Amino acid sequence: MQAAIEQLRGRVAGTGYIADQALLTSLWLMHELNRPLLLEGDAGVGKTEVGKTLAEVFDRALIRLQCYEGLDVNTAVYEWNYQRQLLAIRRQEILHEDRLSEKDLFSDDYLLKRPLLQSISSAQSCVLLIDEIDRADEEFEAYLLEVLSDFQISIPELGTIRASSIPLVILTSNATRELSDALRRRCLYHYIDYPDYDKELRIVLARVPNIGNRLASQIVNFVQNLREQDLRKLPGVAETLDWASALLQLEMKTLGDNPDAVVATLGCLLKTREDQDALPPELVQRLVAKAS
Amino acid sequence: MNLDSNSPTTPENRIVAQITGFARFARAQRFNVGIEETLDSQRLAERIGITDRRALKLGLKTLLCASPADWERFDALFDNYWRRNQQRQSTQASIGGKAPRQDALAQSSRHGKDALFDVPDASALDAVGASVDNLSHGGASAQESTGRKNFDQISDAAELRRMEDLAERLAKRIRQRLLRRQRIDRRGERIDMRRTVRASLRYGGLPLALSFRRRRRQTPKLVILLDVSRSMSVYSYLFLRFARGILGAFKGADAFAFHTRLVHIGETMREPSRRKLREKMALISTGFDGGTRIDKSLEAFNHHYARNILGSRSVVIIVSDGYDTGEPDDLVTQLQRIRRRARRLIWLNPLLGQASYTPSTRCIMAALPLLDVFAPAHNLESLAALEQHLAGM
Repeated sequence: MQAAIEQLRGRVAGTGYIADQALLTSLWLMHELNRPLLLEGDAGVGKTEVGKTLAEVFDRALIRLQCYEGLDVNTAVYEWNYQRQLLAIRRQEILHEDRLSEKDLFSDDYLLKRPLLQSISSAQSCVLLIDEIDRADEEFEAYLLEVLSDFQISIPELGTIRASSIPLVILTSNATRELSDALRRRCLYHYIDYPDYDKELRIVLARVPNIGNRLASQIVNFVQNLREQDLRKLPGVAETLDWASALLQLEMKTLGDNPDAVVATLGCLLKTREDQDALPPELVQRLVAKAS
Repeated sequence: MNLDSNSPTTPENRIVAQITGFARFARAQRFNVGIEETLDSQRLAERIGITDRRALKLGLKTLLCASPADWERFDALFDNYWRRNQQRQSTQASIGGKAPRQDALAQSSRHGKDALFDVPDASALDAVGASVDNLSHGGASAQESTGRKNFDQISDAAELRRMEDLAERLAKRIRQRLLRRQRIDRRGERIDMRRTVRASLRYGGLPLALSFRRRRRQTPKLVILLDVSRSMSVYSYLFLRFARGILGAFKGADAFAFHTRLVHIGETMREPSRRKLREKMALISTGFDGGTRIDKSLEAFNHHYARNILGSRSVVIIVSDGYDTGEPDDLVTQLQRIRRRARRLIWLNPLLGQASYTPSTRCIMAALPLLDVFAPAHNLESLAALEQHLAGM
């Protein structure tokens, strides 16, 4: 089992995603037990990225379902292609063909497969990423639970469709709403926290290769200190990477080079007005000094 | 799987016993661990082997945790269990593998002593299990006596904590029931014939472009203004927990606390980690239990927040006993301004439940004509009744 995890570590590292032992264990276990994995954590800590990485590691197609309030069966599972059905009927009327029966109208040809149906009907097992499940309504959550435990979908006109392959399922949540206990129980769970200094430095170096050790460590130090401040929205890893790219574009070698540029590019990290107001230039200078 | 009859001599049996023991231990600590989880844990332990403690910990963590709060306390729980287990093995080796249940229970009753926002311990929760079920399932049956008990009659700290826990869950039930009402009277998603026919003109009368009509399901945007002054101190934390439940259950909800000034607590109360929440609450609760200036606080609300927060779906809920030192006229002005922006204005008064109380303070008398609802909030039932005032929006 250790060997399996080590092997997984190597393959995950190959994609440029830095995962710690706990996350690797979760990924290995979801593969072994064939259970969905629920990822929670603040925005920008790399939850969605896990799904993409997993698809790459296991060389599978990634099917993504972005949830939102009001998401329904028609957009998540399937829909009949009404227009095509109507055209078929019309064509039959004009050409006086008798070949078309009602059964033909409700066949695969006229079925639009949405992500959930796609993911269980593909020949090759895929990775299904259900993003921000907390945004969907409770009804959809209940429906999803049914799909995830039986891996079959009922379509009234067609009958029950059983999964031809079981997908690897990743759910992410920002905790804007409490998820049901049933869904939580069905899933393995992993909480992704903000990375510590070492991990974040490795991420920056892996994702922004030209950055140079000195600037990278200053950037990470700065962001780590920034997260200690009382902010409304803490900057995530994605923000750190954006900022690193921005500073690289400005050809900075160290943060101390150009204090104005640091202040000017803070928009990469702080994305609300309150947070920008909470960080006056003097405080920024102090954080820069602390980081170098 | 009867543990006590298992002989602990073979390594397999020992793993089974230890893992089952740990699963029970976790369950006693309010982890959501059932038979299925226990069996999965055993499969996991067989694969990993019980000697690799670190790998076992990580594996069980992802398997048994279900929330950020679980995630935070799992490591300590795991270490604790295995330390005890080792001690017991060295002392009781000759007695044989007794399930560590006693220890687990003893441990659990010690857990969660000091904390306002801590998870209540398992035994206390069992005791009120019935009323929790009532609350969380939203059935039609009448609630247990817990629901009717007046908040100010609670003397026992444990009971108060239980009430607070229930208050937080109550909010979720209110939302579920509101949604259920809307589901029942909705007639389903239908084709909008009128628009479909209009659109079909382009295709010579063939209805190629279908238009659908669907009912938008909306819950009200709740804004809670909590009085946390001294006269309200008995109820403060209970209503704070209720507010936290509301924030978790309703999208776009917001919360403020006020005494002599207004504090925005919406973001703070959303904090998922209980530990961090406690720290943050301690920071902002300086000045709680002081005097009250409702008018000044509402003025601050109107001035700084109302414009951004209030809209046509907003319901403003003020929770206060109405003991104020300010001028009634000022309060009226501020309430009028809120009314202009919000859909409904509700005032919950914990004193209203007392038979002897009549609203006689000048402030309340002046405010009464401006309120859509003036309702009691002296027990859980009266909080649950809030639902009827939120329906039909």
